[in-house]
Amino acid sequence: MPSVRIKDHWREQRLFDQRALICAALIGLASIGLIVRLFVLQVARNAYYSELSQGNRVRNESIPAARGLILDRHGEVIAGNQPAYQLELVPEEVPDIDKTLAGLVALNLIRAEDVDEIERTIDSSRTFDSVPIRLRMSDEDVARFAVRRFEFPGLDIKTRQTRWYPNGSLAVHALGYVGAISEQDLKHIDRATYAGNSLIGKLGVESAYEPKLHGANGFREVLVNAQGRSVERQGALVPNLRTKAPLAGDDLLLSIDLKVQRVAEEALAGHRGAVVALDPNSGDVLALVSLPGFDPTLFGRGITASEYTALSADIDRPLFNRALRGTYPPGSTVKPVIALAGLTYHVVDPLAEHYCAGSFHLPGSSFIYREYHNEHHGAVNLDDAIARSCDVYFYGLANEIGVDRISTFMAPFGFGKPTGIDISGEKAGILPSREWKEHTFAKPADRVWFPGETVSFGIGQGYLTVTPLELAHYASVLATRGKIWQPRLVTAYRDPLTGAVHRIAPVSEGEVQGVSVDDWARVVHGMIGVTQRGTAAAIGLHAPYVFAGKTGTAQVYTVSRTEKYNASKIDERLRDHSWFIAFAPADQPRIALAVLEENGGAGASAAAPIARKVLDAYLLDPDGQVKPQS
Amino acid sequence: MIYEEVNTESRTRRTLSGAARVLLELRIDGPLVVGLSLIAAYGLVVLYSASGQSMPTVLRTVARLLLGAIAMLLLARVNPNFLRRSTPWIYVGGCVLLVIVAAVGHIGLGAQRWLDLGLFRFQPSELMKLAVPMMCAWYLHERPVPPGWGSLLVMGILIIVPVGLVAVQPDLGTAALIAIAGALVIVLAGLRLRVMLAMLGIAAAAAWFGWSFMHDYQRKRVLTFLNPQIDPLGAGYHIIQSQIAIGSGGVFGKGWMNGSQAQLEFLPERSTDFIFAVIGEEFGLLGLLLLLLLYMFVVGRAIYLATQTQDTFARLLAGSIALTFFVYVFINAGMVTGLLPVVGVPLPLVSYGGSSVVTLLAGFGILMALYSRRKLVGS
Repeated sequence: MPSVRIKDHWREQRLFDQRALICAALIGLASIGLIVRLFVLQVARNAYYSELSQGNRVRNESIPAARGLILDRHGEVIAGNQPAYQLELVPEEVPDIDKTLAGLVALNLIRAEDVDEIERTIDSSRTFDSVPIRLRMSDEDVARFAVRRFEFPGLDIKTRQTRWYPNGSLAVHALGYVGAISEQDLKHIDRATYAGNSLIGKLGVESAYEPKLHGANGFREVLVNAQGRSVERQGALVPNLRTKAPLAGDDLLLSIDLKVQRVAEEALAGHRGAVVALDPNSGDVLALVSLPGFDPTLFGRGITASEYTALSADIDRPLFNRALRGTYPPGSTVKPVIALAGLTYHVVDPLAEHYCAGSFHLPGSSFIYREYHNEHHGAVNLDDAIARSCDVYFYGLANEIGVDRISTFMAPFGFGKPTGIDISGEKAGILPSREWKEHTFAKPADRVWFPGETVSFGIGQGYLTVTPLELAHYASVLATRGKIWQPRLVTAYRDPLTGAVHRIAPVSEGEVQGVSVDDWARVVHGMIGVTQRGTAAAIGLHAPYVFAGKTGTAQVYTVSRTEKYNASKIDERLRDHSWFIAFAPADQPRIALAVLEENGGAGASAAAPIARKVLDAYLLDPDGQVKPQS
Repeated sequence: MIYEEVNTESRTRRTLSGAARVLLELRIDGPLVVGLSLIAAYGLVVLYSASGQSMPTVLRTVARLLLGAIAMLLLARVNPNFLRRSTPWIYVGGCVLLVIVAAVGHIGLGAQRWLDLGLFRFQPSELMKLAVPMMCAWYLHERPVPPGWGSLLVMGILIIVPVGLVAVQPDLGTAALIAIAGALVIVLAGLRLRVMLAMLGIAAAAAWFGWSFMHDYQRKRVLTFLNPQIDPLGAGYHIIQSQIAIGSGGVFGKGWMNGSQAQLEFLPERSTDFIFAVIGEEFGLLGLLLLLLLYMFVVGRAIYLATQTQDTFARLLAGSIALTFFVYVFINAGMVTGLLPVVGVPLPLVSYGGSSVVTLLAGFGILMALYSRRKLVGS
């Protein structure tokens, strides 16, 4: 390479042309590369990008379906929907948020301690979104805001549908409630079908029939821009967007008779306990009471922590469904089925009299089983023993039948297993047997069935436990002389659009086998005796219908065998539970029930009067005459 | 070839129409002006849609185009020799202005790029897009080509100084364009292939070195370019949305003012740096091919004009102006389609805003001046 060169114009021109040519070729190559890239984007991957662009611009807004109504057997609304008023704020339209919130505090529409929380919610929302800052305004709140509205630009009262329970806590343990969708709920629901919903059925009918009540949400496609704000037009074009109307949920028709339910709740009011009344001919639940209850509206509106704590810490356990989940010894209410077992197995002559001197002991044992309140019934036959609830008679009878046969005989009456009612959460009581004891206890010494345990079994004490629902179910089987129906709350559902009612057939679970007509009659006669000359004669007085019943007293606190049980001396919560089962009219029963009053003392004095009121409410017209069977 | 063409021209010159006579008198090139006008017109149509049907935006752009056209007409009439002699003064003046901007620059768009002259904001970096290739061509004018190592060193410094001043503003996009405009002069001057390869090696080393001096947002741009999914709502958002816009346009496009990406503002900077994507969405592949065809015509014509000039300064400068125009197009289209990192390079004559329109048309004015006076220079 020469160190010094002179300019050669001709060579320079040629060199430049050559370079220009190379550059032109490179430009061509680069352009081809660009065109290939465009081809990839716009032709090969066009479908992919079209989908992305569609997803960008269209947002689905859910239109929640109206939740189905819940009606009682006469069509009275138990759960409905009601518009609730709420105050909403659009941040970008409010000139001064602090001042606005202070103004609302002054108007007593929001609480001063909530202001920080509300401001956080506003800060986390998009400026054009409507933020609810006060839920469930009363009519008075709405009026108070309405007259000052001009002072609050950017605020508006909006309505939304919320669950409405016109009767408050009435039948809440059958009905359940709706509450905020929880993490737990999200595990078993399809999130897509709940888009736009914040509430879901919890417990009871609201939960068990959730899919029917919920209906199908609709949707509306909304055009949105990059900020998520919904817009009317896209450039010059108004796009074609789809909408789908929601499909309201089905209405549910319950078997519950609200009149009976009300009477039962009023009769039991002030006590802890349960009432379950069934139609023995179908298993329809006429009333299902567990007291104390709670107001289901609390949950739909969003229960506060303090409200929830108050409910869950209440010593009376209002959230506890005693009717379905409370297990108690049934006491003497089992005597009719023990008597039936004795008759069916021919171990007892119904007319033979046994002498009751107030106590019983097994041969070869010094252990004494006492009569309740140390009564002396004297000479009693089977009929008297049921009517007057003679423990001594049934101690001996149970001992003669034996635990195996008692257990086997009682099983079809529904003891020891859930009744299968159409709402969830039901617990089963215990129907003890040799086998059950062997499987249940760990220590070998405890796994043997002792003869003394059979004796207690005969009067419904010991291991045997039942729920009020199970006991009502048992009363219902006695009432129909052996026909078994699965209890149910929902009898039909109704399409809210067409009004077409779809009835659900009652579920039969067969019959109790092997019991003769005569034996049924003997036991029912004994139970009628209970309400006419026996333990509950006082409450059967002047009843315009004949009814069968049985009292029961379940021990909570075991007194020493030598000590006398004295209710007034014992703490209220350690008193006996009071039971009463009944069905009426005795010959053609239309209602069977079980009443439990926790710590109510003897069955005759506490539970039986409640049962009478419930029977009257169902069977009598306003003039006190028995209503004709419908 | 050359003699034949001269003959052809002398024959046509006898049958000049009135319009052609005007063009000749104005010393502007008819085909080039037609090409540029078509691009500008196409751009205005797209801009109306991309700006959300904003007529004021379109009118402001028309005003800028007119300003550029005036600059082009004026510069086309300048004597190339005068231009060449003024070059060092323009270059030095531009560098001084850059220093002033760095010192007292007005803060705009988070970067110091403007010089507020009261009536309008002046961007000295725009001036340097022309001043740097002019300076390189001036330097080589009297020197033998291909340039020797000493000349390369000098030109390297001539390029690095303004590029460095623009890069610290910081405006990486413009700095790169200035460097490319200067480098193209050197390439056209006949730089040897192995030297070019060596330079590429040095550039790679410099890139690595530069990485350590980059601002976070600049690094983020590079990283996001390598993988847009890293940060889909942040820096990668631009690239993802522009690809969605172009890709969803398909062959025929969604129609004028009907691109959902652009109209609903999913596409950021839709009327400025990313307007290429709006064309792709609303007019499809065909719309983009038409645009590229117009650009190719303008670039091709400009290169042809460059080859027709007759001295070193004119050839190198004209060639650089022609090629730089294509580089603008390629970088913008490349970044919008995801081939290149997102640098702030507008689509020439189509993107809204900035003084780049004026610079571009001024460049073409210089190119026409260099071409129309070729006889004078040659004689």
